[in-house]
Amino acid sequence: MASSIHRTVDAIWRMEAAKIIAVLTRMVRDVGIAEDLAQDTLIVALEKWPETGIPDNPGAWLMTAAKRRALDYLRRDRVLGRKYEEIGREMDMRQQDQEYDAVVEEDIGDDLLRLIFMTCHPLLSSQARVALTLRLLGGLTTVEIAHAYLVPEPTVAQRIVRAKRTLAEARVPFEVPQAPELKGRLSSVYEVIYLMFNEGYSATSGENWTRPLLCKEALRLGRILAEIVPSESEVHGLVALMEFQSSRLRTRVDSSGEPILLMDQNRAQWDQLLIRRGFAALERAGRIPGALGPYSLQASISACHARARTPSETNWIRIAALYEALAQAAPSPVVELNRAVSLAMAFGPEVGLEIVDALALEPALKEYHLLPSVRGDFLMKLGRVQEACEEFKRAASLTSNARERAMLLKRASDCVTDSGPESVSETGTE
Amino acid sequence: MRFMMIVKATQDSEEGIMPSQELVDAMMKYNEELVKAGVMLAAEGLHASSGGIRISYPEPGGKPQIMDGPFTESKELIAGFTLIEVNSREEAIEWAMRMPDPHGRGEGVIELREVIETPELTSNPDSLALHAQLRDLGRPKS
Repeated sequence: MASSIHRTVDAIWRMEAAKIIAVLTRMVRDVGIAEDLAQDTLIVALEKWPETGIPDNPGAWLMTAAKRRALDYLRRDRVLGRKYEEIGREMDMRQQDQEYDAVVEEDIGDDLLRLIFMTCHPLLSSQARVALTLRLLGGLTTVEIAHAYLVPEPTVAQRIVRAKRTLAEARVPFEVPQAPELKGRLSSVYEVIYLMFNEGYSATSGENWTRPLLCKEALRLGRILAEIVPSESEVHGLVALMEFQSSRLRTRVDSSGEPILLMDQNRAQWDQLLIRRGFAALERAGRIPGALGPYSLQASISACHARARTPSETNWIRIAALYEALAQAAPSPVVELNRAVSLAMAFGPEVGLEIVDALALEPALKEYHLLPSVRGDFLMKLGRVQEACEEFKRAASLTSNARERAMLLKRASDCVTDSGPESVSETGTE
Repeated sequence: MRFMMIVKATQDSEEGIMPSQELVDAMMKYNEELVKAGVMLAAEGLHASSGGIRISYPEPGGKPQIMDGPFTESKELIAGFTLIEVNSREEAIEWAMRMPDPHGRGEGVIELREVIETPELTSNPDSLALHAQLRDLGRPKS
């Protein structure tokens, strides 16, 4: 009985935590203190509810109780800090009580947005941003985050504590940045969400190829953000991209955990619901005036794959054009590598090889396993088996994902035994 | 995990009587809440069963029989559904508890069913067989 109530309280907490922490941060102006106060409230609920039963509107109960705690804290803080102002404060407090009560009634979207800007603040390292965002906006426990990232719990706890201290010391304001800064700050928010998603989608280390929890959490945050800033084209592009990629999550690995490449996946098992959501989000992005941004362009590429019922129906010419646009909007050697793959698919491996050979001089790609992996692909198709084998081996030595390494080594050994048709690396086409 | 919140049909919904404006507004507000929380996947309302068609297989291995609606026993029919993506069974229940009483006059019923997800569903014959088994288990017995 008690444990079932605990699970219910946990669920309610995850639904309400971000809103409560956002409103409290607005009140006390310190995200760390706000979280502590919110946690205290949760503890009270955990003690009380098993006896009294869960209130009819548990979300409102938690919010009201949390706000009361925040008010107590403010009173205490003021009494301690500025005793001489006591009487005047008392008057203010009464007014503020009413003001704070109004907070719940208001749309708290703005407070949530302020909180997202805070947890994704450029002052923090990207690891700290992701951890803090998962904790404060996803309502995940430190244990869950540590588990998702395969790092020890104290490491995550440390990261979060340090991040909160950094924000407090720098007196980072709880606000939505003004126009000149806004776009850049929004990009940094998208970046955190997509980083989280990618960490889950293509685990960079460890035995697992995917970690669904991170993907789901990132997608949920993206969907929430899309409703808070619906007039931003790129937020819909980001959501569309994640919807499309999530639609393939269950076909990315086989039952023994081996990765299955995009071209080899059973498309009948792609999640049609998520694909439809992807198209809908992409359409929303397109309806907003202005050129498509990097996320919308990547989503458009993903949409090309979603549209093709069989790999042979893939419109590689369109994909190559989209990569061209992406290379202009957000130039990077990785995009260039992907462009090479799509051009090779559209016009033959020698066209791709030319671009890849030019990229070999790119210092940013020196340690990037997909470069030799893709080059190996092209060489294989051109019948240069021995060179291909060397490239696959090199790629295997560069990846930190155990499964991917195994797959690359297998391709290297396959080179020796047969030189049958090879498929294109998935990551190389998206 | 995914849950389907199934709103059961009522006498009113089967007779095509539209819900009150108040209820429609409350439902819209609720759906908005689901969208804002990032949990809504899809939501649809269904026409009354009078326009429905039922295909049944009374004989194992025999021909299917087609029957036109309306169907009786409105409590066993559905009037609409909402698909949500949540983190736990408890969260699904909590969301369902927040849905306005879908009828408002005593016949409102919401049923929660977890959607079968097969994350490791592949072309592997073993897991395909298992999936088929699970799907059969999910079929109504009658």
